[in-house]
Amino acid sequence: MKVVLEHLTKQFPARGRKSAEVTAVNDLTFEIPDGKLVGLLGPSGCGKSTTLFMICGLQTPTAGKIYFGEDDVTNLPPENRGVGVVFQNYALYPHLTVRENILFPLQNFKGKDKLSKAEMDKRAQEAARLVQIEDLMDRKPNELSGGQQQRVAIARAMVKMPKVLLLDEPLSNLDARLRLQTREEIRRIQKQTGITTIFVTHDQDEAMSISDEIVVMKQGVAQQIGRPQEIYDDPVNLFVAKFLGTPPINTFRGRVAGGRLYIGEDAVLTLDGVADQEVSVGIRPEGFVPRQDGPLHCHLSGVEVMGRDVSILSTNPQSDNPTVRAIINAESRVDTASETVRFALKPAKVLLFHRETEERIPFQNGQAL
Amino acid sequence: MVYPLIDVFIYSVEEGYNFASQTYFDVGLYNFSYVLHDPYFLQALKNTLLMVVITVPISTGLALLISVGLSSITALRKLYQTIYFLPYVTNTLAVGLVFMVLFQKTAYTDGLVNLLINWFGGESVDFIDGPYWAKMLVLCIYIIWVVLPFKILLLTSALSSVDESYYNAARVDGTSSFRIFYKITLPMISPTIFYLIITGFIGAFKEYSDAVALFGTDLNAAEMNTIVGYVYDMLYGDSGGYPSYASAAAVILFAVVLTITCINLLISRKHTYY
Repeated sequence: MKVVLEHLTKQFPARGRKSAEVTAVNDLTFEIPDGKLVGLLGPSGCGKSTTLFMICGLQTPTAGKIYFGEDDVTNLPPENRGVGVVFQNYALYPHLTVRENILFPLQNFKGKDKLSKAEMDKRAQEAARLVQIEDLMDRKPNELSGGQQQRVAIARAMVKMPKVLLLDEPLSNLDARLRLQTREEIRRIQKQTGITTIFVTHDQDEAMSISDEIVVMKQGVAQQIGRPQEIYDDPVNLFVAKFLGTPPINTFRGRVAGGRLYIGEDAVLTLDGVADQEVSVGIRPEGFVPRQDGPLHCHLSGVEVMGRDVSILSTNPQSDNPTVRAIINAESRVDTASETVRFALKPAKVLLFHRETEERIPFQNGQAL
Repeated sequence: MVYPLIDVFIYSVEEGYNFASQTYFDVGLYNFSYVLHDPYFLQALKNTLLMVVITVPISTGLALLISVGLSSITALRKLYQTIYFLPYVTNTLAVGLVFMVLFQKTAYTDGLVNLLINWFGGESVDFIDGPYWAKMLVLCIYIIWVVLPFKILLLTSALSSVDESYYNAARVDGTSSFRIFYKITLPMISPTIFYLIITGFIGAFKEYSDAVALFGTDLNAAEMNTIVGYVYDMLYGDSGGYPSYASAAAVILFAVVLTITCINLLISRKHTYY
């Protein structure tokens, strides 16, 4: 079932006399294709959870429409939408066993939907098998680890066979190792059931790794919608560029003059299609190539060896961040005794942004100097 | 902490103990037998048990109802909470006077309650000095009124501490509000409810001052004595000066309260998930 959001807006009334009305989500329009896994990504307070709550019906939009398939569900109460929700804290009922928790949604069915006891048990068993918790059925939630609780929550959301699965920060309560494991698990369950899934996260790693598509949000406005790699390689503005990628992109104050890009006094690239102007230059950590005669001069402040690759930490007066982090292959040797380090740049990893609006400025024929 | 308790036990088995001379005739269970055959004590026991059985369930249930109501409204909630809490900070005796006026029937005037009864076509009832059931009714209403605020306070805070996401999860799954209350809210606040029931039982068994507030100090004459009132009378009342009998009555009360509390704890252990 595809999910379509049309001009979705949510405003919260002002609290107190002095504060203004808060717009949590502002004119959000996008379509989630059937059977895809979509990540809503953004910093906290950007409206991604509000969007999720509007999709599941716990909050009503101020304006705009939500469609499931061809059906307008905007004013439908949550129970009639056929959504399964996994809450950030899982919201497992602590006084009920795992089995009772999973059965809970089924026991709500009324009238012709009402299931026999055997049928319910069968469905619960199937849901438990899907998330591999069959041997935990008689435990209480507080006797489970975080990862197991997460699985129970997914089983409870899936047991009523929803058309859409919604996950609110599904991995934020897990430790790093479990996070890796669980995100693959979510991916597997989604693939296996083919259910349209939307999940909310502030962790770009999480979103990049398992999503078919990502929606990057900032202050209630969708900044960019696309496949993870596209967004990483081709961000529409500085915010998106900064938000995606670990370590984050390095930004510099620069200017374009006569078809050349300057950072400070160093001319680092030749390029076409950009008028002379002041710009912000974003350079991905993997876009630096240390070279004896490289055009970009930086002051070397340290080298971190991470096994697979090496981070070169340096400073540059034009950098917006206190340190410039370049990641290079471990095989290339860096003279750690030297005071300065010089880089050539990979043009594909250099992104230009308008100094004020922070919008992306495309350029052609970038050549390293 | 335990010493006074032990002392009471000792007094209760010392027959004819005299404070002034610190002497007694004999050691035995005669005090208990006397107390248990004393019609005043039996009356007090009956009154106390009735009060416990009536006021504890009703006040707890009513408090739960009001608290749930309070938590589901948003407008003016603070105001209502304050109003419901007011009786807790007012003086029991002063309010007892108001109750007397409300429920009274004298040769000259009727209280508000009797006026209402008359208005509905009923006969005036003397609630303060009339039939036993009327006096018991007033006393129970009064006690419920006195204990309600504290229970509401505790229950509203227990209700508000239930995580919102449980309700959200239940709503997404289409749970009816009755089932949400019965299956989620009640179990979640069950520790508070059991606490209120246990302390409610203990408090009701120790009831005394509310009866005095309504019926004055001569509770035996009003047939409205309580066990604690009986103990007090035995010590200091007109018929007083019998510390041994008083101790025996106190020990009986202690035994009853202890038993009830233990039963309560056993039940609550089964029904809370903590």
